[in-house]
Amino acid sequence: MMSHTLTASALSAGYGERLVLDRLDFAVPPSRITVIVGANACGKSTLLRTMSRLLPASRGHVLLDGKSIHAMPSRELARTLGLLPQSPIAPEGITVADLVSRGRHPHHGVFSRWTRADDEAVAAALAATRTDTLSERPVDELSGGQRQRVWIAMALAQQTDVLLLDEPTTFLDINHQIEVLDLLTDLNQTRGTTIVMVLHDLNLAARYADHLVAMANGRLHVAGPPDAVLTEETVREVFGLDSRIITDPTSGRPVMLPIGRHRMLSDDAIESEAAP
Amino acid sequence: MTSGAVTAGRRPPPAGRAHRLPALWLLLLAAALVVLAALSVAIGTRDVGLGDILAALGGRIETIAEAAVAMRIPRTLLALLAGGALGLAGAIMQGVTRNPLADPGILGVNMGASLAVVVGVAWFEIASAYAYIFTAILGAGAAAAFVYVIGSLGRGGATPLKLALAGAATSIAFSSLVIAVVLPRADIAGGIRAWQVGGVGGATFERIHPVLPFLAAGFVVALLSARKLNALALGDELAAGLGEHVAATRAIAAFAAILLCGATTAVCGPIAFVGLVVPHLCRLLAGSDHRWLLPFSALGGAGLLLAADIVGRIIARPAELDVGIVTAFIGAPFFIWIVRRQRVRDL
Repeated sequence: MMSHTLTASALSAGYGERLVLDRLDFAVPPSRITVIVGANACGKSTLLRTMSRLLPASRGHVLLDGKSIHAMPSRELARTLGLLPQSPIAPEGITVADLVSRGRHPHHGVFSRWTRADDEAVAAALAATRTDTLSERPVDELSGGQRQRVWIAMALAQQTDVLLLDEPTTFLDINHQIEVLDLLTDLNQTRGTTIVMVLHDLNLAARYADHLVAMANGRLHVAGPPDAVLTEETVREVFGLDSRIITDPTSGRPVMLPIGRHRMLSDDAIESEAAP
Repeated sequence: MTSGAVTAGRRPPPAGRAHRLPALWLLLLAAALVVLAALSVAIGTRDVGLGDILAALGGRIETIAEAAVAMRIPRTLLALLAGGALGLAGAIMQGVTRNPLADPGILGVNMGASLAVVVGVAWFEIASAYAYIFTAILGAGAAAAFVYVIGSLGRGGATPLKLALAGAATSIAFSSLVIAVVLPRADIAGGIRAWQVGGVGGATFERIHPVLPFLAAGFVVALLSARKLNALALGDELAAGLGEHVAATRAIAAFAAILLCGATTAVCGPIAFVGLVVPHLCRLLAGSDHRWLLPFSALGGAGLLLAADIVGRIIARPAELDVGIVTAFIGAPFFIWIVRRQRVRDL
């Protein structure tokens, strides 16, 4: 397992004339789980897309081990840096095993043959995501949670040391969200895979992140350990929302409770609730 | 989960076993082609005996029957080549656009080739085989580029939906332009019409020979792009994440399809629906892996066009039905079936 450094320096990027990222500096801690949060259109997906070379940088650089990713051969990059986009497409009728096998793509040229190492990588990816019992099933028939595990298996078969995921829990039931995030934590802990992901849910972000990044207006607003980042102040500045932060008794991580305007107890009731 | 579960391979790898079945089907398909080719030589508007067939195959042409058989040999070869090219081009186009309705006809490529040839014949008096081929390939390429540019306008770039709409509209516009060019020209109308319906009937080795290098190049480039199309099938973003140059892959594969369509159209006229029908049927046998799907589509296309040509010779005796008309009869209901059966993605 190699520890890779992935950094963005003075990075600006966007779509056409419109710049979404504005001279952003960002260093991904190696072999840790980094979660990016922020309001809609704050640039979190754009950051992930630029760091995985889906978007060119208008200014600045993204450096993998000190080399600009925009200058690297793409197959070489794809052997180190994996990407699971928000809505990948499963070809009609493809089986789980065949889909996961496509994760081996960057390890092959036009004429190279399928090897034992490929078989082993696919088998290990299926086992790690507990999709090995599904391997002959068509992907179309799976539930949303199973399907997401299959996509993660495909990313695992790619055997990259860095894995970027764009909202890997969208459209999943809460139990499947936890399952996916637990799985990614397994990977991080057993293989030392550096994980960077965008999540919508602040509490899940704080729960699973080693390094939490809050973005606003195309810049990093604040970054650090979750209990330093997820504060009432951050939530107000980044989301424009009043909230209270308490500590999750199970994980010891911060939990954000939005305040809003309705369904509130009177001040007395709040105090008597807090008393015992 | 323990670290053991992450690294241990629990079950035998699926890759080897899964590929035995398509290989068997591919052999059967090849065998079916041999049978069809034999039928194609034996069957026609004129009944011939086995002795005549063997004599003609041996190169002897003394009786009328032997001459009839001798004419069926290049015709059979052309049907195989053109069908293979169109089937393969259809599979490539469906892969490049991720559009189940993509087809050299629907995306306007064959009509582009036609229009170019018609304009060439009417105004520039092209006559040589190479002039036909280059003009057709140029027309096919220009039509593909035009459709792509139109389809890319607006938000989100060239989505499958916009490409199909742009292609269909372009195809219709081109076919009316073809009529506009041909109508006032009684001198070329007859020849153009026969060519335009799509036929392999008048094939001779002399007509086939010039397209061979173009078809060969198209076949090779197309088959070599199979892996890249597999990556592209997962979506542009994931394909890029797997290390593919998405735009370059599209351009190279599309170039192969244009060579195949242009060269085929130059000899046979535009033949519709082979490129649509064949890859769908082949997917049922070969699955979604382009390394199997592309050779399947080539053989399947060859088989379909040859079968359509044989049918066309039988059902209208003593006359013949052009192969393009037969494929349209097979293809149009099939098109409706695909649209009804499938949740057509993005449509």
